[in-house]
Parts: sequence; structure tokens; C-alpha cells
Amino acid sequence: MNFSKLRNKMMAGAIALVFASIGTQAWAKDSSKPIVIPTHNWSSQVVMAYVIGGIFESMGNNVEYKPADSQAVYEAIRLGDITISHEVWQSTFGKSFYNAMAKGGVIDAGTHAAPTLEEMGVPQYVIDDNLCPGLPNWEALKNCKDVFSTADSGGKGRWLEGPQSWHGDLMPVRVKALGLEDDYVVKFAGGADAIWAELASAKKEGCGIITFNWTPNFTDAEGFVFIKFPGYTDGCRVVDGGDGACGSPNGWLKKAANYKFPKTHPAAYTAFSKLSFTTAQIGQMAALVDVDKMSHQDAAKKWLADNKDVWMPFTQ
Amino acid sequence: MNNISRHLQLTQFAALLVVFFILCFAIDPSENNILWRLPAFLAAVPEMLNSSVEYAMFEWMPIQTYNPEIEDYEDSALLIEVTRSISRAVLFGIELIREILVGGQKTIVAFTSWDFVSENEWAVWPALPWTVVAGVAIILGYALSGRWLAILVGCATTYIAVFGQWEPAMETLSFVLVAAPASVLLGVFLAILAFKFRVFESALMPLLNVAQTMPHFSYLVPVTVFFGVGDHAGAIATIIFATPPMIRLTLLGLKGVSPEVLEAGMMNGCNKLQLMFKVLIPTARHDILVGVNQVIMQCLAMAVIASFIGAKGLGFNLLLALNQLRIGQALELGICIVLIAVVLDKLSLGWANKQIDYFADLSFSQRNKYPLMMAAILVLGVLLASIGSLIFKNEINYFYLIPHNQGITTENFWQSGVDWMVENWYASLQAFNKGLIINLLVPMKNAYLSMPVAATFVLVMGIGYIVGGLRSALVVGGLLLFIASTEWWDRALITAYMATFGVLVSVVIGTVTGSLCAQNSFATRAILLLCDTFQTFPSFIYLIPVIMLFGVTDTSVLIAVVIYATIPAIRYTVEGLSNVPQSLQDAGTMSGVSRIQRWLQIEMPLAFPHIMLGINQTVVFALFMVIIGAMIGTDDLGQLILKSLSDKHGIGNGLMLGLCVAFIGLAVDQILRTWAHQRKQALGLA
Repeated sequence: MNFSKLRNKMMAGAIALVFASIGTQAWAKDSSKPIVIPTHNWSSQVVMAYVIGGIFESMGNNVEYKPADSQAVYEAIRLGDITISHEVWQSTFGKSFYNAMAKGGVIDAGTHAAPTLEEMGVPQYVIDDNLCPGLPNWEALKNCKDVFSTADSGGKGRWLEGPQSWHGDLMPVRVKALGLEDDYVVKFAGGADAIWAELASAKKEGCGIITFNWTPNFTDAEGFVFIKFPGYTDGCRVVDGGDGACGSPNGWLKKAANYKFPKTHPAAYTAFSKLSFTTAQIGQMAALVDVDKMSHQDAAKKWLADNKDVWMPFTQ
Repeated sequence: MNNISRHLQLTQFAALLVVFFILCFAIDPSENNILWRLPAFLAAVPEMLNSSVEYAMFEWMPIQTYNPEIEDYEDSALLIEVTRSISRAVLFGIELIREILVGGQKTIVAFTSWDFVSENEWAVWPALPWTVVAGVAIILGYALSGRWLAILVGCATTYIAVFGQWEPAMETLSFVLVAAPASVLLGVFLAILAFKFRVFESALMPLLNVAQTMPHFSYLVPVTVFFGVGDHAGAIATIIFATPPMIRLTLLGLKGVSPEVLEAGMMNGCNKLQLMFKVLIPTARHDILVGVNQVIMQCLAMAVIASFIGAKGLGFNLLLALNQLRIGQALELGICIVLIAVVLDKLSLGWANKQIDYFADLSFSQRNKYPLMMAAILVLGVLLASIGSLIFKNEINYFYLIPHNQGITTENFWQSGVDWMVENWYASLQAFNKGLIINLLVPMKNAYLSMPVAATFVLVMGIGYIVGGLRSALVVGGLLLFIASTEWWDRALITAYMATFGVLVSVVIGTVTGSLCAQNSFATRAILLLCDTFQTFPSFIYLIPVIMLFGVTDTSVLIAVVIYATIPAIRYTVEGLSNVPQSLQDAGTMSGVSRIQRWLQIEMPLAFPHIMLGINQTVVFALFMVIIGAMIGTDDLGQLILKSLSDKHGIGNGLMLGLCVAFIGLAVDQILRTWAHQRKQALGLA
């Protein structure tokens, strides 16, 4: 009798404990301190920042936006000055991301659905006007270095690569490995702006130009064709022990967060880790600003209102 | 006598050049030849620097703090706690001003908590209607300096509001209103210390030299590590950038106070404090004001760079617009930055020039005329805004806040202008571009790169010796040795080549334009205004059209360099020429010289030392812009400085690279300054 009473009591206590722990887990409230979202200098990223901020706000969180340099931001996330980053491009920011991760303090919060490609390519009209017959196959490049030559390329064709901080000597190595070094040189641009400016003026003049670019990007709208290099295989790059004669892999677009984020804002973190956008969705966000000329905040509001069925599931 | 020494100097120069060229041809360009390139003794320093900073920040004097939010102890360190509390203080100041202007809730949070603000929806400070801020600024302008300033302020604020840039402009203003006074106070304080204590002065001077020649990009990473990312980091980087000229000019002013004034103060029984604040500083007012003007210019010149590390406002929006190639929008934002600079400059000038009328016997309403008017403006503005909310029911209330980019815009006009330029000029400029690169820039770059290190040392130290004796030779030699012992000597040579080219072109354009404009007082004022404008106008805006016309080439970088570096060359030429004593000019005219002769034989030689200081500034400006040229695409030190933003050893690399650039500037500075000083003495000006 006594014993069973005691057992009953113990059972009840255990059940209560279990419930209590479930309760605290389900009710663990997010801190009211703001989640700091960085804004960089390109449209889709800024709109997405406001979209994600809107999602967090709908869950009752406070949000703050801070402008930051897209390379320096990972150090800031590591130290907790910024909470998340929602567009970590493999080849442009992968290095900074992993550097910060190695030092500790940054966690990988999952990958967007959007498949990305970051590769050398040419604007659509270069193909349409047949400026270099045989493109986008890379071997066609051998016969049309003059189409892509510039004032300072010394008679060779020029590959306009992004800043060296993006992927180091990857492209010069590739030019050499493909046996193109007598015909092509690689020029490092100072930033994305410089590439867009060159693309714009080349388009006006209808000249040939090879630049580094990525998709999804606003250039998709006008058409941009990536050059088909020999396929990427594991270990084909020089750093991985290969000869470097291969193109870029299909890349990822990741999300990063400060290591404390899951603990301070468990609900928001869960939503953030579930959050995943497709190429089309990222394109819509950018188009609202780039094509419809809306402000970034308004674009985000409109997107959130129009796509409730997309983002609501993330919050549940 | 003078002639002989001059001939001697020329012979020395000729001999030096001969030795230099012999060395260039004699030294074998192989990597192992120590005369060709020095081994990189300092290659390990950036990493050491980096790890020591990180040790100091994150490991030295560890502190464990309990973080209730993650229910765990966190490892922290003393230094990071100290720097972060400085950050919080600066941020509080910025947000207080910002929220008075455009509303918000951070200040309320500072006194309560985020929980409180989340629970109480009313706890948001409302923004002031733009009409109120503009009205108060206009009255301030009128009170400080009269009708014309009031009109200027009115135009500027209306422009900013009507063009839909009110919020970013106020965000920028709020961080400038913290950074500028902080720089001025810090500058005056350090200058007083330097004035009082010789030891402090001699310790401070080299630091100032480095701070003024070091490109701002190179200390962005250290600032973010020490102070975090955000408006406060932007403000702190701005303070580092803006304080040195303030210190220098204040010190100059204090030293220039004549002993008679000082003695008069002492005779009146001033104590030390009174002597400083009632006698010395008011007397040195002119130089201090030039310093304040420089601080304001520097602060707004940093508006764009500061947004790299988290400053909100015009700078960030400008970069965003440029990334979309919306040059028209960027231009409108750039004009806002210039307008804020002009308004702040004139207001501070008016305030400093205001004399207190000790004898006026005024009634309460007369004494408090302006505050009362401001209060009236507040009431009126709020009334207008509420009427506005009735008129524009579901639209934008134009009397309250015009949202960002919803005002009128001239974007399409500028955009079509740029398009027209690219369409019509591109083809013809291409030939020029190609010719310049193939015939001049590439050979010049190669010539610089083919200099053996020994020959460079002989040339530069030789010039130092001829101009300033052994001391100068050793100073420039030491600076050069530092650069040569890093692994970046070749890159430094490329930086030097671009800076040299930029400086040569800028000096020619600057002295000619300056001389022409100095002939006429109207032109003088106009060109000085233009100089002020271009000094604060963000260079990023013209980088984009330049890239469209000239591509990612050295030409683009050099055009940007010339546009920026011509400013000091013009300014100092104009100032130098207008300070030539009228009596000397009259004497020349009486002796029957022609205008050209007068310019060549009298004005130029007399203004020459001042112009040399201008050239000195031109070198610094050119180096700055060569580094910013990395945003276009260069393969010099700047490229690596930009890269250090994402490097593993970013702090160490950034600082070392910054020092390399600074030392190039300081070596030139050493030679030019010594020379200018000697010329001044020879002319009896110093």
C-alpha cells in the first residue's frame, strides 16, 4: 500500500517533470534583444534581409539592420556584433566564412534551396551575335582572343575576375592549366561594381567581354551565359591536389549564425534554419527593386504579403 | 653665393642620377641577389601582430561573465570589455541624437530594457517632422550669421527632404554630430598637452605623421575587432581619421600666439587655466577654426568608408545605388553629403565668430528670441504635420517625413547623361586609353619594377642627402628599409608608380589652374568652393562612370587619382599666390615687368614654399586615392589592403600594408618639407 503510494507519487512526479521539461522547451521564449541582420551592397541581399527581418518580427522578435562589408561581416558574426548572415556564397565568401568558423563562434545554419553557379561567362549578346563561334564551350576561346582583348591586356584576351579576396589565384591557375596562357590574361576587378560597370559599357558598345559572375543574380534577366569548362570533380583543383583544369562546381548558398543565436532565440533560430529560398524567389525579391524600382523595405513588405504560403511554414 | 650653391646642388643631382643608372644596369636581376631585392625580414611580422592583438583582445586577463540568456558562463577578456563599453557609450550618443531627429526606441531601451519596449507599444520616440528640423536649423543659421546663412541652410535642408533622402541624411548627421565634436575636443586636448609638454609633442608628432598618411582602409579591420560593427565603429574610425589635422592646426595656432599677448594675460593675473582658455585659445582662434573646418570635411569624407563597418545613412545607400549602377541616385546622395558638410562648416564658423555683447541690456523675450522662435517652429511644424495627415490620407505625408527615395528625383537626367557620355565618347576615348596605356603607363610601370633595390636606395637617400643632409638621408633610408624588408616591395613600387604619375599630372594641372584663378578674386573664391566640394564629394560616384569609359585599367585609377589629388595642388597655389605681399607686386610692376614675368619671377618664387606644402598634400591625397583605386582593380598594395578585410591575419596585414603606404608618403614628405623650409629661409619668409 505504502509502497504503491510512494510509487504513484514518484510516477506523478516523473510525469510532472517530463511535462515541465516539455513545457519549458515549447515555451522557451526568445530573448527580446534584437536580432542583428547585416545589409550588404546588392539588392537581393538587402531585400532578403528585410524579408527575414519581417519573418522574425511576425514571430514577435525585435530586429535591427546593420550595414556591413560582405567580407568583414563574418568576423562580426563571430564576435556577436551581428547575429546572422543569410547569403553566404560558396566561392566569394566561402573562405571568409570558413576562416571565421575555424576561429570559433560562427555556425552553419543550413543551405538555401537555390542552386548556384559562380563561373566565368559572357553576356547573352556575345552568343547571339556569334562574336566567338563555338561558345559557351571553352575550347572556342582559343580562336577568339582578339574579341576579348582590352587596352591593357597586351594583345591577349582578358578574363575579368572578381577581387583576389574571392578565390585567390583560382582563375590564373585555370587559364594556365587549360593551356590558354598565351592567349588570355586574368585581370582582378576591385569589386562587383567594377564588373557591372564594365558589363554595362561593353553592352552599349556590343563588344565581347568575359567576366566572373554568378546566378541567381540580376544579370539573369538580361541573359548571361556561363562558359562550359571541363566538369568539376572532387580534387580537380590545385589546392585539392589536381591540375586545376576544371570549371566551378554547382555551388551552395548557405546561412550562417552566431553560436549563441540558437540559445538566445530558439524559435527564431529554428525558423532561420528551416528558411530556404529558391532561385525564383530570390529573383522575385531582386526584381521588385531592380525592375520595379521599389525601395528595399517596400519590396520586402510586398514580397512577404504576396508569399505567405512560402514563409509561414518556416515559422511553424 | 646662392648661385654657387645652386650649381653645386645641380651637379650633385646629375652625379646621383649617373650613379643610379649605372647601378640599374649593373645589378643582376635575380631573386637571390640581395642588391636586386632584399629578403623579406619582416614577413612574419603581420602574423605576430595579428596574434598579439588577438591575444590581448580575447585571452589576456580572462573574465568569466554569466550570460542569463544562454544560461551559461561566457569567456571574455578585460580589454574587449573595456573597448565594448566605449562602443556602447559612443553608440548611445549617436542614437540619442538620431532618435531626436528621426525617432526610434533605442534610447528608451537604454534606460529600460528590450522587454519593456516589446511589452509597451507606446514606448517609441516619434520622429520630428522635417519642417521642424529644417526650421530650427534655419533659425540657428540666422542667429549665428545672418540672412545668407539662413537661406543656405533652408535650401540645403529642403533639398535633402524633397529629394527623399531625409532619413539617411539624418542618420549620417547623427554620427557626424558625435564624431566631429569628439575629434575637435580630442584634438584641442592633445594639442594643449603637446604645447605644454615637449616630450609629449615629440612622441605625438611621428604618430600624427603616420595617422595622416595611412590609408583609412587599413585600420577598418582593427577597429571592428576592437569596437565591433555599427555606427559607433564608423564614428571611431572617423575620429581616428579626423583628429590629426585638428591637433596639428591647434598646435600651430597655440605656438603662433605672440609672447606680448601671453604676458598681457599674465599681467592681468590669469591663472594657468584662464591663460589657456581665455587668452591662448581665443587668440589662436583662426587656426583652430581651420582645424574645425578640416574635421568636418574629413568626417563627411569618411561617410562612405564608415558604412563598410556598419555606419548607417547616406554612405551605405550610396554604395547600394552604385552597385545597381544608379549613378543619378548616387549623385543625389553625394550632393546631400556635400550639403551637410557645407552647412555644418558654415554654422560652426558662424558660432565661433559670434561675439558676445556684454553691454546689451535686453528684456527676457529679446534675450530668448531665438529659442522662443524655435519653440514656435516646433508647434507649427507639428500642427502642419497633423494637417498633412488629414490631407494626404493614405499617402505619404509630405509635411512629416518623406520616405527614402520617394521624393522627386533627377536620376533619369543624370542617368541619360552618363549613357550619352558612354555612347558618344567611348570610341574616341578608347584610342586615347590604349595609347596612354601602351606608350606610357606600361613602360613606366616596368621601369619602376626593373629598379634594383640598391639603386632605389641610392637615388632616394641621395636626394635626401642633397636636400636635407645626413639626417634626411637616414630618415628616408629607414622608411624605405621597412618597406623593402616586407614581402610587398614590388607592390609598393607599383603604388609608387601610380602615385608618381598622379602627382605629376595633378601638380601641373593644379598649379596652372591655381595660378589662373588667383588672378581674379571672384575666380579665387569660386575655385576654393569647388575644392571644398570635391574634397567631401564621395569619389566612389565618379569611379563608376570612369570605369564605364576606361574599363578596369590603370587609366581609370589614375583619372580618379588626378581628380582627387589636384584639389590640394590648386588650393595651396591659390593661397600661396594670394599671400604674396602687394608691395612686392607693385614694386615689380613699377620696374616694368610684364604680367607673365611678374608671375614667373616674383609671385611663383615667393609662393613656392607654400605650393611645396600643397604638393606634399597632393602626394598624400594621391596615395589615398591609389589605395581606393583597389576598388576599381589594381595589383598594388591597395589590392592587399582591400583583401585584408577578409584575411585570416587581417589585422596584421592591414596595419603593415597601411604602414608601407604611410612610409612612402612620409619619405616624400621628409624631402619636400625640408626643401620648402630651406627655400622659405632663403626667401626670408620663415
